[in-house]
Amino acid sequence: MSERLSVRKTYKLYIGGAFPRSESGRSYAVTGAKGEFLANASKASRKDLREAVVAARKAFPGWSSATAYNRGQILYRIAEMLEGRRAQFVSEVAEADGVSGKKAGELVDAAVDRLVWYAGWSDKITSLRGSSNPVSGPYFNLSTPEPTGVVGIVAPPMGPLFGLVSVIAPVIVTGNTCVVIASERAPLPSITLAEVLATSDLPGGVVNILTGSAAEMAPWMAGHMDVNGLDLTGADAELAQKCEELAAENLKRVLRPNGKTDWAANPGTGRMTAFLETKTVWHPIGI
Amino acid sequence: MTASTNASLRAFLHGLPGVDRVGADARAAMLGTRSIKTSAKRQAIDMAISMVDLTTLEGADTRGKVRAMCAKAVHPDPTDATVPSVAAVCVYPDLVAEARDVVGSSGVKVASVATAFPSGRSTLEVKVSDTAFAVAAGADEIDMVIDRGAFLSGDYLKVFEEIQAIKAACGEAHLKVILETGELATYDNVRRASWLAMLAGGDFIKTSTGKIQPAATLPVTLVMLEAVRDFLALEGRKVGVKPAGGIKTTKDAIKMLVLVNETAGPDWLDPDWFRLGASSVLNDLLMQRQKLTTGRYAGPDYFTLD
Repeated sequence: MSERLSVRKTYKLYIGGAFPRSESGRSYAVTGAKGEFLANASKASRKDLREAVVAARKAFPGWSSATAYNRGQILYRIAEMLEGRRAQFVSEVAEADGVSGKKAGELVDAAVDRLVWYAGWSDKITSLRGSSNPVSGPYFNLSTPEPTGVVGIVAPPMGPLFGLVSVIAPVIVTGNTCVVIASERAPLPSITLAEVLATSDLPGGVVNILTGSAAEMAPWMAGHMDVNGLDLTGADAELAQKCEELAAENLKRVLRPNGKTDWAANPGTGRMTAFLETKTVWHPIGI
Repeated sequence: MTASTNASLRAFLHGLPGVDRVGADARAAMLGTRSIKTSAKRQAIDMAISMVDLTTLEGADTRGKVRAMCAKAVHPDPTDATVPSVAAVCVYPDLVAEARDVVGSSGVKVASVATAFPSGRSTLEVKVSDTAFAVAAGADEIDMVIDRGAFLSGDYLKVFEEIQAIKAACGEAHLKVILETGELATYDNVRRASWLAMLAGGDFIKTSTGKIQPAATLPVTLVMLEAVRDFLALEGRKVGVKPAGGIKTTKDAIKMLVLVNETAGPDWLDPDWFRLGASSVLNDLLMQRQKLTTGRYAGPDYFTLD
């Protein structure tokens, strides 16, 4: 009897809820921590980025007007789905980071817990960031936080799953949609995460994941006039500065953390509030 | 050929060679794969902008909306003076005077739909007076609809005479004949209706009202472009083509231009002989143009809402 042929997974992009190949037809070899070949990943081009921004913009009205309760439920659902695929993520994280199975397991658990943590914030962030303001006149004066819009994220190169979840969840929980440039070094868990997102009731286009070169794509994202926010967590100093300059043209909200982020620490609300606008309404009393 | 009886019209129209459906689809799809980049794209975008018939044909149209649209037609991108004006604005007859007032002597033409648009279901008397009203209000071009019911039931003479009557009512104004290809069912019918409209005196043949899907598909436009090319060769009169409806992106518009160049020829690549009936495509053309100018992707927040 002949030996069974192995069936290998094709790692593609995640745009608008679908898994297309790069329009450029390019791919690159992804290696593990010890330099061994793992798989070929799509190398997205600026045109894939353009399509991803279009998909994110299209998804924004629906996602931002969903109730906070509903968004929280969907984030929680992502956590459930991730948990169900735990074994697959453990092996992918272990291969990518060269860590032991035990350590990889802890990282996957931490990613699941992080999603649950942010899911809980969905209907609480308004109370934290909103306010009823005393004014000298017969008005109710209310400030409420609203999502910024489409946020471009350069995901951290280290922490291919935990780091990635830690940058995506705070952006989408408040109603933003996003385009993520995954870790160039270890992109495979990001595409497996995309498979989780696609089966979690998350509307297509809310999260779009591109694999490839951040140095190639991030400047196009930073200059794009239809992107409203930019998270440069994964960009090196030179790239981050270039992106910040390009982002100034349409006054994007830019999040550029100082130094290295410790993902295991309590993240606080900073990543959520970085991509919120404040709307203040004056409402006459007695009408 | 003479068009004195329905039988002679029928004999002529049914004597036209049939359209190879698979061949037309394949050729249109093949021409749609041409890659137009950089400086050629820039030229194509400017040409497409100058061919747009900026259209608003809603029951909810107001005078204010028409004025805003006409201002946009004259200066599509107020931040960039190098952007050409569009070819024309297209409105309902009662708003022609309003449009005329705004476009003035800018060179932008005012087109008006008429003849009980979009269904064309009324008496000839009403259709003629509808046309005369629009012309009197200052329309340079009249977009009439044919009686599809008569056409489909084989009453070609009725359609022919109706087009002749409207043409007479147009006077100086150009007449565009809307075939509403989405209701004609076959490419053979599209070819026949094109010839019928041209024989009756139409200056332009137009695919659709924009109210019926499918509207201006590439293969239908291909069949109509072949018809105007052959009509010029046979009858010695040049007729224009206007695809309308469903053209939403710059890519769609450029595909149309490729189709014109490869089918009717470069002589038709002129706003006098080819128009794009659309509204939303203009913003996409402007965004693509801005991308070529500034080197960064443009966003819809920076262009007017239609």
